[in-house]
Amino acid sequence: MAIKQKSQNAIEVTNLSKQFSNITAVDNISFEVKKGEIFGFLGPNGAGKTTTIRVLTGILKPDKGTALVAGHDVLKNPLEVKQCLGVVPEVSNAYVDLTAWENLMLMGELYGVPKKEREENAVKLLKDFGLYDVREKLAKGFSKGMKQKLLLCMALINNPEILFLDEPTSGLDIESARLMREKVQQLNRDGKTIFLSTHNMEEVNQLCHRIAIINHGKIAAIDTPERLRAQSMELQYIEVLFDKPVNLAKLTERLKIANVSPAGNKFRIHTTNPHIIIENLVDFAREDNLKILDLDTMMPSLEDIFIKLIKQKI
Amino acid sequence: MKRKIDFISTQLNRSFVVTKKNVKIYYLKGPVIVFGLLFPLFLFLAFMIGKSIPLKELLPGLIGMVTFFTATSVGPSIMPWETRSRTLERLAGCPITLWAILLGDIFSSFLFGLAISVIPLLLTLTLNIGLSNFVVLFLGLVLANFCFSVLSVLFSAYPPSDLPATVMMISSLVKFPLVFISGIFIPIQQMPSWGRIIASFSPLTYFTDLARRLILNNGYYPLILDFSMVVIFTLIFLVVTIKLHEKTFTKRIS
Repeated sequence: MAIKQKSQNAIEVTNLSKQFSNITAVDNISFEVKKGEIFGFLGPNGAGKTTTIRVLTGILKPDKGTALVAGHDVLKNPLEVKQCLGVVPEVSNAYVDLTAWENLMLMGELYGVPKKEREENAVKLLKDFGLYDVREKLAKGFSKGMKQKLLLCMALINNPEILFLDEPTSGLDIESARLMREKVQQLNRDGKTIFLSTHNMEEVNQLCHRIAIINHGKIAAIDTPERLRAQSMELQYIEVLFDKPVNLAKLTERLKIANVSPAGNKFRIHTTNPHIIIENLVDFAREDNLKILDLDTMMPSLEDIFIKLIKQKI
Repeated sequence: MKRKIDFISTQLNRSFVVTKKNVKIYYLKGPVIVFGLLFPLFLFLAFMIGKSIPLKELLPGLIGMVTFFTATSVGPSIMPWETRSRTLERLAGCPITLWAILLGDIFSSFLFGLAISVIPLLLTLTLNIGLSNFVVLFLGLVLANFCFSVLSVLFSAYPPSDLPATVMMISSLVKFPLVFISGIFIPIQQMPSWGRIIASFSPLTYFTDLARRLILNNGYYPLILDFSMVVIFTLIFLVVTIKLHEKTFTKRIS
């Protein structure tokens, strides 16, 4: 008998590991995702994001550890877990030889959604995502953005408690990516817990309540984006472009910081106090009769934060 | 007990959903048309043309060959296609067991085989050739179709390829020798003793023998043995198919 465990968490992962031959894809990870949360799961390619999702969605069995998803154990009750989920995988995998409508009906039937309910859900979803007019067209003719919308519709046909999104905006144009993010936020407002795997830091900033960073199968950090960013303020930098060539040694001396480096025709200055550096740069330009053609304050990239976190771990 | 019955009934329903999807997607794929329709037709014509054998004599072989080729034409290619297009991951993420997915693939192969192989069977009625028991032959045809359909899904189990052409090649390597050793072209009783021993390892042998007994009243094995052997082969293929696919599933997904 499938036992559903009551918890405030939608997902509870404890010491989870998954190995393929002699490669450890997921290495003893533990974390929780609270109900109603958008949880970002970040990492570079090959970090173990997709394998973690496949284990949590019951597609692959873990080698060690436990994972409770929607109160069900993924190892003991994978079908109960799957029944509560919607999944948008990394690679588009709608049936391209079926129409949008047929894809939705197929998913609805596989989740055991009654005919009337799945038809009503399908109509609503297709209208919401702007696919209703092309519902009778084969998915093979759809653009990348339309396919991604279709995948999200397919994931929502059973009205799941938890939604797993694996790189949902990867490869989408700006407008489609923005629409996708808006939909994710709306779904979260409607009460759905969202597990979002991505390597887009900006997306994480916009959407996620908390994030976990994974590398080489290990969790490097779990926190809110703001706290992670705050921990990595020394990684932010300013890029400045002057109208005339400037001597690097002179600039370093005047700014009284060592961390200045050339970056193409610009200078890159790493600092925890960008406002002071900007003031100094303006003074420097005025005194040397230079014009500042471009000045950007760059927040740390995922890669910057990530490398820092990995170094800390070591 | 009731929970178990509900579980099996739900999974069976979902396997029919997989079947319905397969019918829509795979029946008109090139390899299915070539291996399931054109190939048995041309093989039979090559065998028949230029020989002065009455059609009645050829019917057991024709029914056996058509059943075997059609029932094994859809099954081998589904798993590689689904692996390649990543739709297998989509199915695996749904609340359906792997055995139910495989059963859905088997059913779709079975329905294709049955729909085509029933045509030569109907010939026995239209030509009024004095068939001893149509119902028994039809039952044998249904069983044989299911057995060959399971075998066809077994072909795709190992190696876990995502190339339909590779699996088709592997299945052809098994199918052609089976056709030649299974009493389709030479009745079992005319085979040398070593030939009969080899033939006894093929499920097609028993179905062809069954058809020969009911159409020509000239079988080699008792009818009950023909039926039993087809059932035994089906069960063995079914267990091996599920176990092998379970073993190779992770490789397909990752």
